[in-house]
Amino acid sequence: MVEEYWRWKEYRWTSPDLDWKKAKHVTCGVDVGSVSTQVVIMGDGELYAYSNQRTGSSSPESAEKGLRWALEGTDLTREKINYTVGTGYGRVNVPFANRAITEIACHARGANFMYGPTVRTVLDMGGQDCKAIRCDEKGKVISFLMNDKCAAGTGRGMEVFADLLQVPIEKVGDLSFEVEQEPPSVSSTCVVFAKSEASGLLRAGWPKTKVLAAYCSAMAHRIFTLLERIGVEKDFAITGGIAKNTGVVKRLENELKLTVSKPKVDPQIAGGVGAALFAKTLLEKGKG
Amino acid sequence: MKANYGYKDGAGDFFITIDTDKCDGCKKCVEVCPAMVMEVGEDENDPLSEKQVANISAAQRKKLKYACGPCKPNSNRQKEPCIKACPMDALAHSW
Repeated sequence: MVEEYWRWKEYRWTSPDLDWKKAKHVTCGVDVGSVSTQVVIMGDGELYAYSNQRTGSSSPESAEKGLRWALEGTDLTREKINYTVGTGYGRVNVPFANRAITEIACHARGANFMYGPTVRTVLDMGGQDCKAIRCDEKGKVISFLMNDKCAAGTGRGMEVFADLLQVPIEKVGDLSFEVEQEPPSVSSTCVVFAKSEASGLLRAGWPKTKVLAAYCSAMAHRIFTLLERIGVEKDFAITGGIAKNTGVVKRLENELKLTVSKPKVDPQIAGGVGAALFAKTLLEKGKG
Repeated sequence: MKANYGYKDGAGDFFITIDTDKCDGCKKCVEVCPAMVMEVGEDENDPLSEKQVANISAAQRKKLKYACGPCKPNSNRQKEPCIKACPMDALAHSW
């Protein structure tokens, strides 16, 4: 079998301490993204279980599969979930959701929970778009900017590069630092143009690590220019899959001259966490 | 909330900023927009608020450069009709 370097590992998690039976409200957040789908289940606003897997060609099916996996091995059944909020690209296509909320609102709320109330700027780097969000101490959005017109500088672009350079996606970040000197960035972050430029560099004899460094820094710079428009205020958090790519995160830190907050939990589930928290608020307000 | 709708691509930055704290949902921008870019509805990024505010139609968000083009002539350029119509001064274009 041909190795698929872009293929990241899917996983699920259950809280060892939390007993959902003691919770007044069991809520669920389903974030159906363009590349990955996360289902997060919370009991009274505390994490109980989650799953993270690739989105398939059908949003309803991906949501369904994600929920089944999140519940797997627990004694919780879907009937016991009081309220479900869908978010992400496929939010209107989650059949069991009671309501859909945009991922902008959900990521701000989720980051507020995961990184603490001191977070003022959230950058969500998803599979196919990125969003810069400014929020207050309650996780309410103050301003935002979204770039979903093209997949330049997103997770999908990284997957394409992992495949081209035959480097497992989890190692892209670390390998990109194995260069003697930081090379000039690739001139375009457009996935298609950057890929052909990278092929050219490989033909010219550049080692893989140098090409990775050139792409990671181009990506960091692109995100930097987006962030400039809305401004960055401390604390700064990154959510989404690229948060796990040190090659981009460290270079962005250097450009911004800021340190990125370290997450307490998996940064990829922020959207789902926010959705589950909104579900709880809606229940409490009697809108459930 | 300052909502920036639009995109950045090789040709430049094309964002419309709506200040939803100033916007009162009067729909004057919707009436004057010839390209049906403007819409008024629930604030989808503030799910707990029930206020009606202006936003950009999903169909136009990714082609603002072209949709708003006719209101941005090369010469004798005046304020865009949506910006001129807004009594709350809640709208801005980035280009």
